[in-house]
Parts: sequence; structure tokens; C-alpha cells
Amino acid sequence: MSITLIIFWFLSFLALLSAAIVVFAKNPVYSVLFLIVTFFAIAGHYLLLSAQFLAAVHIIVYAGAIMVLFLYVIMMLNLNKETEPHKKPLIKFIAVIAAGLLMLTLVAAFKGTEITVVTAADPSIGSVETLGKVLFKEFLLPFEVSSILFLAAMVGAVYLSKKDLN
Amino acid sequence: MEAINSIPLNYYIILSTALFCIGALGVMMRRNAIIMFMCIELMLNAVNLLMVAFSRYLGDSNGQVFVFFIMAVAAAEVAVGLAILIMIYRNANTSDTEVLNELKW
Repeated sequence: MSITLIIFWFLSFLALLSAAIVVFAKNPVYSVLFLIVTFFAIAGHYLLLSAQFLAAVHIIVYAGAIMVLFLYVIMMLNLNKETEPHKKPLIKFIAVIAAGLLMLTLVAAFKGTEITVVTAADPSIGSVETLGKVLFKEFLLPFEVSSILFLAAMVGAVYLSKKDLN
Repeated sequence: MEAINSIPLNYYIILSTALFCIGALGVMMRRNAIIMFMCIELMLNAVNLLMVAFSRYLGDSNGQVFVFFIMAVAAAEVAVGLAILIMIYRNANTSDTEVLNELKW
């Protein structure tokens, strides 16, 4: 077994385990903390796939910005184990069955597909240089439009969290 | 240290599917709106991981640019979504989705 494969199994196991803890943890703060572990495992996968730029952006955006926002809101709303609402056991059981069936369906659908793999693919496609060139040549308009999206989101967030909407 | 030489693409497909299903399970199982939000992030990340794997194995960098845009949209979505959640909490004093059944059929 090569070292790459060992790293792959370790990161996959870590990602799946911490994702499961996110879903099953009683305390919302634990959910957030294990979501951060999941995100770091996924960033490790990006590095394994030689997508260094995305790995860096992923850590900055998710672990840096989004998780801080989540943690901040949980602290602000003062959510903890005691205030955590729970569904009935029957509903939980049905949810687990439904998710298992979804998994089964998706895996069965992927089984029959034929996959073409370019083994001689250029390893530098994930580098900052290549992605920057693609982003600012072919995807320049979507890139600029996404800045308008951010502006709209910023205005929306500020407006929504105002104390008195009138 | 190159995944493409020693790991079949199928492994990444299965891994992403499993992560996506765990996220879907969380959305169906939990009642806390913030946890449901986190599970949606989990599902988005599963799709991102699959997209990066496809992009790498097909030797096409467009997929990674798409992942970049998905991250941008996810960040905007979280900002607006959490603002809505805070407003709901201020008005209803709960983040329990079964109390917020005004629009329920």
C-alpha cells in the first residue's frame, strides 16, 4: 500500500467520521467544531488532488470565515445541549432509512457509468497560475457578476439583522 | 504524492456520495435550523470534492474554477441565511424548525 493511499484512507475516514459527529452530536458547538475537522480533511483531499489554490481558498473561506460566523451565531443565540430540540425516534429512524436509500441509489447509478481518465493530465492545472489565467480570461464576466452577488448579500445581511425593520 | 496514479476515481465518487448522504441525513433528522444549515454546507462540500476530483482526472481546470464560484456563492448564502436565522430567533425566540410552521401545509 502506497503512502498516498494511506493518506487517502486516513483523510476519508476522518472526513466521514467527523461528518457523522456533526449530524449526531447533541451540543451544537461540537457540531461546528467537528465541521471544521471535516473541512480540513477535505482540504487535505484537495492537496492530494494537487489543487493547492482551492485548498488554500477552502481553508480561508470555510474554516476562516463561515465557521466563525456559525460559531458566533450559536454563541449569540446561546444554544446548548439543554435547549436543543429533538425529533421523535420514529422520524429519526425514517430519516436514516431514507438517507441509506439515497446512498444506495446514487452508488448504483454511478456503478453503471463509464469513466474516462486522462492519466497523462498536466499536474499544474490546480496551480494558482493556471487557475488565475482561466479565471481572468474565460470566466471574467462571471467573476465580476459574483462581486455584485456579494454586494447584494452584504446589503441583505445588514438589512435583515437590523433591529427595527420599520 | 499524486492521487491520480494510485487512487481510482471511483473511490472519490463513493466518498463524495457518502458525505452528501450524511449531509442529507442531517437535514432530515435535526430540528435545529443552524445544524440543518451546517449539513447543507456539508452537502455543498461533497459536491465540491467530486468536482475537483473530476477536474483533476479529466485534466480540465474549468471544474476547479466552478468550485471557486460555488465557494463564493456558499459564503454569500451563509451570510444571508444566518441573518435570516437571527431575525427569526428575535421574533419567535427559537431556532426549532417545528415551531416555525407558519408556511407548513
